[in-house]
Amino acid sequence: MDGWVGKILRVNLTKGTVSVEDLNEKAAHDYIGGRGLGIKYLYDEIDPKIDPLSPKNKLIMATGPLTGTGALAGGRYTVVTKSPLTGAIANSNSGGYYGAEMKYAGYDMVIFEGKAKEPVYLWIENDNIEIRSAKDLWGKNTNETTSLIQLETDDDAKVACIGPAGENLVKFANIMNDNGRAAGRSGVGAVMGSKNLKAVAVRGTNGVTVADPEGFREAVLDAIKEFHDPFMSEVLAKYGTADVVEFSNEVGLLPTRNFQEGTFEGAAKIGGAVIAEKYNLRGAKKTKACFGCPLACGRVTRVPDGEFKGEGEGPEYETLGSLGAVCGIDNPEPIIKANYICNEMGMDTISAGATIGCAMELFEKGFLPEKDVRMKLNFGNGRAMVELLQKAAHREGFGDVIAEGSYRLAEKYGHPELSMTVKKQEFPNYEPRGGQGFALAYATSNRGACHIRQEVHCVEFFGISLMGIIKTGGSLDRFSTKGKPEVTKQFQDFYCMIDSSGICNFIIIGSPDHNVFINLMEKGTGLSFGGLKGFLKTGERIFNLERLFNIKAGFTSKDDTLPKRMLEEPMPAGPGKGYVVYLDEMLPKYYKVRGWSAKGVPSVKLLADLEIKA
Amino acid sequence: MVKALTVNLDKCTGCRSCELACSFKHHREFNPVKSNIHVSIFTENAFYVPVVCFQCDKAFCAEVCPTGAISAGEANGAYVVTVDKGKCVGCKMCTLACPFGVITYQSEGHVQKCELCGGEPECVTFCVPGALEFKDQTAATLKKTKTLAEKIYHQKEAS
Repeated sequence: MDGWVGKILRVNLTKGTVSVEDLNEKAAHDYIGGRGLGIKYLYDEIDPKIDPLSPKNKLIMATGPLTGTGALAGGRYTVVTKSPLTGAIANSNSGGYYGAEMKYAGYDMVIFEGKAKEPVYLWIENDNIEIRSAKDLWGKNTNETTSLIQLETDDDAKVACIGPAGENLVKFANIMNDNGRAAGRSGVGAVMGSKNLKAVAVRGTNGVTVADPEGFREAVLDAIKEFHDPFMSEVLAKYGTADVVEFSNEVGLLPTRNFQEGTFEGAAKIGGAVIAEKYNLRGAKKTKACFGCPLACGRVTRVPDGEFKGEGEGPEYETLGSLGAVCGIDNPEPIIKANYICNEMGMDTISAGATIGCAMELFEKGFLPEKDVRMKLNFGNGRAMVELLQKAAHREGFGDVIAEGSYRLAEKYGHPELSMTVKKQEFPNYEPRGGQGFALAYATSNRGACHIRQEVHCVEFFGISLMGIIKTGGSLDRFSTKGKPEVTKQFQDFYCMIDSSGICNFIIIGSPDHNVFINLMEKGTGLSFGGLKGFLKTGERIFNLERLFNIKAGFTSKDDTLPKRMLEEPMPAGPGKGYVVYLDEMLPKYYKVRGWSAKGVPSVKLLADLEIKA
Repeated sequence: MVKALTVNLDKCTGCRSCELACSFKHHREFNPVKSNIHVSIFTENAFYVPVVCFQCDKAFCAEVCPTGAISAGEANGAYVVTVDKGKCVGCKMCTLACPFGVITYQSEGHVQKCELCGGEPECVTFCVPGALEFKDQTAATLKKTKTLAEKIYHQKEAS
């Protein structure tokens, strides 16, 4: 095989055994890799009804066929498992160098089963696989864990690990790799913790080949040429994603004080320019790239002194939104500090901030008594946020409640409607009332509220045409529901392909021509998709299999919804003033466009057409 | 005027595309350990250093080679140290002699090192941030003095 390396590593933690098996070629052709191949294996191997934190759940780390190749930003891997936060499918994608190293070690996927008796980590050095004790590492933060494992194994080992949050089964615990990169969402770190699996270290010295070397080289050069889109190559390269803060605020979709508003008076104080000029290590221009990435949107920062002193990667846009505007905090230092804490403890910054923001609203409205939280948890209290996040990671005091995520928190205090979640997963930082399309995308995302499994906001705000697939402009007014079900479906299906390929969506999506991406995939794997239609059909197959997983797990069309605030309370101010989300108008059309029943179930005909064996 | 492969550390982002380009050109596979250029990553300091053969004037690798497989001279407007794979017996003496670890043995019967791709280094073609360049060495070195001068100037201004 080309692109894929053709092997899967299976680790049974209960028995302490490892085995290598051939990759199912048919599955690889039908479901590609990463997110797609992960759901295919998970769907075939587990009962979606199981308790996600039980040994019956499996955790899959899956690369794509382009991971480890010279395709732009081909360094991604995806963690696929059943989420403890949502109970739905989880697929958390991460960059850095770890994914590529898995391929060089010779594995497209690693599947973890069962539960180890005591804390362990897995050391993969090409064919030499060892399950090693992690008793001494338990309790260590992600940076310490990474360094200690590199000392024990190899300087050049790439490490993916959990911090105390994953060990303590925090519902939004993540998996960190290469220190600053995260498989962030849906609590995948808690699944690792539930298996007593502290880390995976990998060192590989084998190569990855592609089907048509000359053609692939040309395809990469084409992609580099196309990459020079002004938004992607100039804006993101200048300040990283942090640059989006002020833009979001201007157009009225920067979620503020737990999504009560869409504009934040403190946005300029926490914008990309401030972060870069004041906190960037080695000057505002110095950037940090993931494997093979020409964009380099990452940033390494330092808060040199004071109570929020620290250093690490970030903050990115989503972090500045959640830990900043959502919590009403306009001082960058507690935000950056909270980002470092999330990275070190292994927690998703989006859910962490959104949960604190929810607690702040509960507190201010008098639903959350001060005797419970033991601090004045008003919006804007950065010190309280930092303290609560430390406690959440260790489940100390009120941190134990925060650790459950915003839905369970709000429910406990009698106001679940104040939790800004879909399928119990916290909103990322685009206010749904600011754009009908991405509101629909939030409601129908298979993994709960999410901005990155489809970026409909890109067409509604940035005029990005989904690589020439969608005609941008007047007909796609962000406040109109017209055409949004169709656009949302196209985005979702296309992103299934990006997330399964092994490359980063940031890199490819700015290009005006989808053939750039299809070409890379075909020259890399030797597959022929039969043009855009066939390409999207593969994506649609992946999306529908995830949907079937969720249906079997107990989800219904009732879960394809948004909090009451989004549906009933008009946006109070800013460019989106007066709007709510008109989900009732869009959802039935969306189901129809998808070929689903009125109850949101894929039809027998559709499944047959997509060659899905349910 | 002699051209050389130059590195601008301020521009390097640690993406390692150069490693991919190099291994793919010479081995038809993407495999950083087979690359002639390697990037060391110091994330905590936001510092990334690509290291590749310096094409030494006094090349220790050539001096210790018992078969005379390694020679140095001008080619394609650059000074370059090359390995004659026909003469190389794979004794690996050169890998011990090189102070920088940039000549390696790859289990193919001979050693390998950067030979500047015949005047069109593949790593330069794929370095999007422009940290790697293939250009006149004297000019490149002189530019460094200007960068240093600017730093001194800014420090003086700040104080």
